[in-house]
Amino acid sequence: MKRRWIAATALAAAVTLLSACSGQSDGASGEKVTLTYANWSEDQTPAMQQIADEFQKANPDITIKVQTLPWTEYWTTLQVGAAGGTAPDAFWMLADHFREYAKGGQLVDMSDTVKANNIDLSVYPKAVSDSYTYDGKLFALPKDFDTNGIWYNKALFDAAGVKYPDDTWTWQDAQDAAKKLTDPAKGVFGIAAPIDAQGGFYNTILQAGGSIINADGTASDFGSPAGVEGLKFWTDLQAAKASPTLEQLSDTEAVSMFENQKVAMYFSGAYWALRFHNNAALKGKVDVAPLPQGVKRATVTSGIGNAGYAGSKHPEQLKKFLAFLGGSKAAEIQAATGTVLPAYKGTQQPWLDSMPEYKLQVFIDATDYSVPLPVAGNASEWQGLATQYLGPAWSGKKPVADAAKEYQTAVDQVLAKK
Amino acid sequence: MTSSATKLPRRPSGRRGGVSAPNGWWALAFIAPATIGLLALYVWPFLRTVVDSFQDVPAFGPATWVGTDNYTALLHDPEFWQAFRNSALYTAIVLLGVPIAIALAALIEQVGRGRAIYRVLFFLPVVTLPVAIGMVWRFIYNGDFGLLNTVLSWVGVDGQYWVADPRFTIYAFGVVGIWMGLGINLIILGAGLTAIPKAVYEASALDGAGRVRQFFRITVPLLSPSIFFVTVLSVIGALQMFDLNFIMLRGVNNTALADSKTIVYLFYEKAFVQFHQGYGAAIAVVLLLVIMIATALQFRLQRSWVFYD
Repeated sequence: MKRRWIAATALAAAVTLLSACSGQSDGASGEKVTLTYANWSEDQTPAMQQIADEFQKANPDITIKVQTLPWTEYWTTLQVGAAGGTAPDAFWMLADHFREYAKGGQLVDMSDTVKANNIDLSVYPKAVSDSYTYDGKLFALPKDFDTNGIWYNKALFDAAGVKYPDDTWTWQDAQDAAKKLTDPAKGVFGIAAPIDAQGGFYNTILQAGGSIINADGTASDFGSPAGVEGLKFWTDLQAAKASPTLEQLSDTEAVSMFENQKVAMYFSGAYWALRFHNNAALKGKVDVAPLPQGVKRATVTSGIGNAGYAGSKHPEQLKKFLAFLGGSKAAEIQAATGTVLPAYKGTQQPWLDSMPEYKLQVFIDATDYSVPLPVAGNASEWQGLATQYLGPAWSGKKPVADAAKEYQTAVDQVLAKK
Repeated sequence: MTSSATKLPRRPSGRRGGVSAPNGWWALAFIAPATIGLLALYVWPFLRTVVDSFQDVPAFGPATWVGTDNYTALLHDPEFWQAFRNSALYTAIVLLGVPIAIALAALIEQVGRGRAIYRVLFFLPVVTLPVAIGMVWRFIYNGDFGLLNTVLSWVGVDGQYWVADPRFTIYAFGVVGIWMGLGINLIILGAGLTAIPKAVYEASALDGAGRVRQFFRITVPLLSPSIFFVTVLSVIGALQMFDLNFIMLRGVNNTALADSKTIVYLFYEKAFVQFHQGYGAAIAVVLLLVIMIATALQFRLQRSWVFYD
């Protein structure tokens, strides 16, 4: 524990020193200020830097320092920094962490900025901008968004003589294909079936006609018949041994299994596109299709938001930068570099063009039937319960309905706390 | 050889020269930076932690006083007891590293030339980032492609998912913990060994004692103050283990994590993931108490086995 405190304190001290240095240069030239902009993705840093450069061109008085923290440290650093007054000025936010920050008054209210800059909020997917709204106020402009699809390995499909997935696929088609594609002799599995909420069971529960958290965020619905159906989609695949076991997927993440060509299908988000595109071993072997439909079509959607720190020393400049981050120029840079699917409507074509080998339109079309990622209450707390409670169902040690009920009870207990 | 020759060197006793007042002020001035650092980085956070443990502290915003609620909840929290058992087991395993270190230290002492090379080799993990160590061992323990299972398969043993199956995780941590601690232990014990006068060994050899007998009758008893010190350090370090848990069970939803949390991991999760900083603080205070009790107990027990000259 001591070590963590020291690390946190040292970090805070380092950040203070940094801001002290930039503070000096402020004084020297009168109006020049430096803003930090934090993210957690090495992959996206070049695009973030390009956006910062573009902003600086138009605003020579403001210097933007792009700061990349490892994912493992990002949230602790942000939390300690925000509490201690040393957080970055601008930073990426996620819907499931957002509420604690908004509730705690740590984020810049963007409502005035939106009005002053005539920002048209209808350019963003409503599901994403809604997830950054708290108490009727908008605290982050959507940066990007993602929906889910079936990433599949064409070479493995060809080898097994299975037709590629397309928009006619039902659950049954997916289950059958997964079994046919599985080849224990070669160590190949039809699909990766981890206990994955966003790319996995949330979607199937919705497809079964169920819901995840009720509208007022007071209770979950995992134990309902549709909830159990949605979970069974995955446990059936585990039972049929058409997926690596949970232990295998703990040691080697599903996405790595897919990249190593050990699984033929991986249900997940648009955000992997660039990684697969850059992987030479996967050249010409990968494509994407819509998620199969159950009772209906559905996918959860979410996106990163660009938020500002309420304790920033340069609130005016910060708002200017945040407005720029939410604008079309920043979106175009993200799209043209193939970095992510930008949230800004009409800027997505360059992203599609940057990786023409994939049917990326699938992810944009999916917005028609997308549902916001549920984030009620203390989301990081109840989300952490999934593996613990659903694990026995995945490994076949407990009937799915029982595990789902226990999971629901545990989640509801967290939701009941304030 | 006379008995006086085998007499062990004594510590200098008696008072040092008195410190005069001006010197005292100088001394204070010199220790001030360290003292201020200690107050700001240790004492203040410590006091804050104790206060927080009696409060409900959200991620941001005002805390509310809840009395001993956090502690009551903690004592009834099966997760905490699980973490407590995990940390206790890990500590027990890491303690096995002490006899290993004693044996190795004695062996290295026998090496004439190149002693330093061995010390450096064993010391390397100590100066390596725990995060890097965790990453490397994660690969070694990988159930499908890991080095360990590959080696086991050569001798016909079925591999396991060492860091994905909760039956094995703590032991997997323990092995790494022993390896990580070996370097420091060897340095301390090595220093202790060089302090044992050669004359004692010569005398016992004349009396007909063999190597093994010398080890158990001379080396271990005369090394006991160092062994005690190393044991105390190992227990404290092991009870504070966090890095290996954090790094080796990372990855999306590790199946073993729920059953494999150590006390400090639980603290981290409560305070920094779930935003329950008051509850986290209570865990930290309880851990401090556990460490204090464990250490006090060892100081008690040492009277019966540690041999001071």
